[in-house]
Amino acid sequence: MKNYIKIMALSALVLTACDAELDNPIEDGGVYTSGSADFSNYVAVGNSLTSGYADGALYITGQENSFPNILAGQFALAGGGAFTQPLMNDNLGGLLMGGNPLPGFENRLVLSVDASGNPGPVRLVGSPTTDITNILTGPFNNMGVPGAKSFHLVAPGYGNIANLPAANPYFIRFASSPDATVIADAAAQNPSFFSLWIGNNDILSYATSGGVGVDQNGNLNPATYGSNDITDPNVFASIYSQEVDALNASASGGVLFNIPDVTSIPFFTTVPYNAIPLDANTAAGVNEAYAQYNSGLVLYAAGGAITAQERDARMIKFQEGQNAVVIEDENLTALPNPAGGTLPKIRQATAQDLLLLTTSSKLGTLADPNDPSSVIGVGVPLGDGDVLIPEEQALVTAAQTSFNATIAAIAQAKGLALVDARATLQQLANGGIAFDAGTLTSTFATGGAFSLDGVHPTPRGYAYLANLAIEAINSTYGSTVPKVNIGDYNTVTVNQAN
Amino acid sequence: MRNFLLTSLCLLATATTFAGGYRVGLQGQRALAMGHTGVAYVNSAELAFFNPAGLVYLENKINVSAGVSGVFSSVAWQNESTGQFSNTDSPMGTPFYLYGSYAATEWMSLGLAIYTPYGSTVEWPTDWAGSHLVNNIKLAAIYIQPLVSFKINDVFSVGGGPIFVTGNVNFNRNANRTLTDLDGNRSNTTIDDSGVTNWGWSLGAMFNVSDNFRIGANYRSEIILESTDGTATFADFPDSPLTPSNGQTSFTASLPLPAELTVGLSYDCKKWVFNFDFTRTFWDVYENLDIKFGNGRESINPRNYKNASIYKFGLGYAASEKFTLRAGYYFDETPIRSGYFAPETPRNDSNGFTAGLSFAVSDHFAIDASFLYVRFKEVNESYDYVDDGSSFGGTYKSTAFVPGIGVTYKM
Repeated sequence: MKNYIKIMALSALVLTACDAELDNPIEDGGVYTSGSADFSNYVAVGNSLTSGYADGALYITGQENSFPNILAGQFALAGGGAFTQPLMNDNLGGLLMGGNPLPGFENRLVLSVDASGNPGPVRLVGSPTTDITNILTGPFNNMGVPGAKSFHLVAPGYGNIANLPAANPYFIRFASSPDATVIADAAAQNPSFFSLWIGNNDILSYATSGGVGVDQNGNLNPATYGSNDITDPNVFASIYSQEVDALNASASGGVLFNIPDVTSIPFFTTVPYNAIPLDANTAAGVNEAYAQYNSGLVLYAAGGAITAQERDARMIKFQEGQNAVVIEDENLTALPNPAGGTLPKIRQATAQDLLLLTTSSKLGTLADPNDPSSVIGVGVPLGDGDVLIPEEQALVTAAQTSFNATIAAIAQAKGLALVDARATLQQLANGGIAFDAGTLTSTFATGGAFSLDGVHPTPRGYAYLANLAIEAINSTYGSTVPKVNIGDYNTVTVNQAN
Repeated sequence: MRNFLLTSLCLLATATTFAGGYRVGLQGQRALAMGHTGVAYVNSAELAFFNPAGLVYLENKINVSAGVSGVFSSVAWQNESTGQFSNTDSPMGTPFYLYGSYAATEWMSLGLAIYTPYGSTVEWPTDWAGSHLVNNIKLAAIYIQPLVSFKINDVFSVGGGPIFVTGNVNFNRNANRTLTDLDGNRSNTTIDDSGVTNWGWSLGAMFNVSDNFRIGANYRSEIILESTDGTATFADFPDSPLTPSNGQTSFTASLPLPAELTVGLSYDCKKWVFNFDFTRTFWDVYENLDIKFGNGRESINPRNYKNASIYKFGLGYAASEKFTLRAGYYFDETPIRSGYFAPETPRNDSNGFTAGLSFAVSDHFAIDASFLYVRFKEVNESYDYVDDGSSFGGTYKSTAFVPGIGVTYKM
């Protein structure tokens, strides 16, 4: 019997080694190939979209679902190496400096249900623990810096805490030295493969500020730009080319992403221009309040001070049902007010005006709690910073078109893979993209592609971008990297804010 | 004490599935070594399982057989379209049996059988690609059966008895493919119940065509285990009225242990014996695995199994006074239809190769050893009924190695 126990024990040892093995196991490598690319040291450079930023903050699980991290996971099946990221300290996302909250860098948004049972985005309550004075030891494969514009990547001191607020708190955390540049830190890693997605903020910060910045077209000195300005296309072209050259010097290849339209981002498409419901009585009352303004416009048009077209555009008229929001438009003609001062430059919005997502919380509320006629969007107009009007959109589009031409030309010239992020986001906004459990669309909160800040993707959105990169890389380099199943990736985070 | 004993037995019996569905065909080392045949083979108390009608033909007054097997099984999975892969890390399963018979009179024998015909342990790595279907599952059912066997005449006998079943289940899986709490921990649900009991029966008949040729038939009834007293644990769900709350609730679920009918023959000639058994398992009773939670949630999982057959062949050779050598083969059809291939019981058609021997220590006492290797073909399959409308599939490959040891005592 003793012998049998020995035999049993021995066979137990032997048999655990006899695990099921597939004919062609992925685990052993050899199923996928990297073609002419070398994924062993992949470095990702860019802005928030590269860092994994989502829901208005950078936090660990968001970083884990950054498109470069997803990409690196798939590269690992075809010779890819380890991929490191400058992870935040928590899943809250807010920043501290010397123990104190850093203004403007709040916790992430979560989909929280309010007292009346309606879900909506709310900042998660909690004390953040990521202190930017705590410098991480790199280098990091993910060099995505939220908020960075094209020229920031080559700006020395962008990661120097002494330069705040011009410096970037995210880059401060992992710059190799206070005066290092993002590009130099990336190039110093001798990437064998790289991704570059930069230029979004060169137009987006202007757009998300409702166009309060300046179009710097013609100004070739980015050091003089304000934070909400549009970058000059020549500045972009020269810097972008410099960045690609720096990353490509050691690399077997890379993938570039172009700049999507602002009109395909829910931050600009969620709040409708006619967001004001009124009953007949209220409409009549409001019309009375605007009667003087309207009759003034009629007089100025008759006198030739403004065109009939401008008169019609500016006349304010409410009716029973949904009504267009009253907005400021600085492009309207300045007109003296017969009663003194000037007439306000206001009109009702049209379908061409893009109301920012941030207006949704103030539209319909009272600007002055003691004045029932101060309803924002009705008695009180939305400001310049609340709306991206067509003239402002045109400036954005002009710069974007030029940036994208630059990106496409450089991709072509250097033989790099190119992801047409612009076309993809258009598709998300117009019908969506089918996956194995539904359709991914850009509809705010429920569409699945965009996180609760209305600008940055969800993990599923990032996974889809990673798949696009894989497609572009496979076709450029002859590799066979498999795509991920985007249905495996989460969308918005549901949780009570506190 | 009784419950403690049963629970201990259940723990011991936890077996890794390797037959079709969650059937565990390891009910006797002598039979197993001969391809798990025995419905017409009068040799030992293993008849208590294979065909109690034969007990009355055993030569000795008291017959006892007991044994245990060590099941080493593993499953490998991969999906070439995404590059995902995984392997189970299931612990060794140890199904056992204990049979006894007592010849009360010339024409009647009494018996007792304790065995573990159904069970499954499959452990995938937590949060693996198919974790929305299963992270790990542990099922075990112990059958306890008093028996009586009547000799109608020298050529025909019947036997059978009621079956008392006690079972347990522990099943964990993630809520879906994506839901997590704030820190990214996957939301998951565990159902756990033990001491789920019910009753069934079995009945067999044996016909001795000649001195060396017998045919037999045995039927074991279907038994449905209805779990109503267990606990369901919801863990790592986000704090939101839009999702289930964390904590424990009740659940109800039912798991069928299907009926099976076996017919077969045994022919012996000098030192040789040849057995053939055909078993039909009535898996069509397993339509859905529906779990209804006390918090109002439901999990509906279509299974839609079909009836399946096993064709078994066995050969024995009495090499000497002391040694008997055995070998066998069976072909085991899967009850799982294409498109219903879920990773909690990832079994396709299999071929079982068996061998073994008995060593007679004395006239009364023998040691029985067996070895089974189950070979599954690599298969591309999927489960197409995930509740979000998606499908989970890929390439699966399973293997099982089952060494077993037992004793036979007769007096």
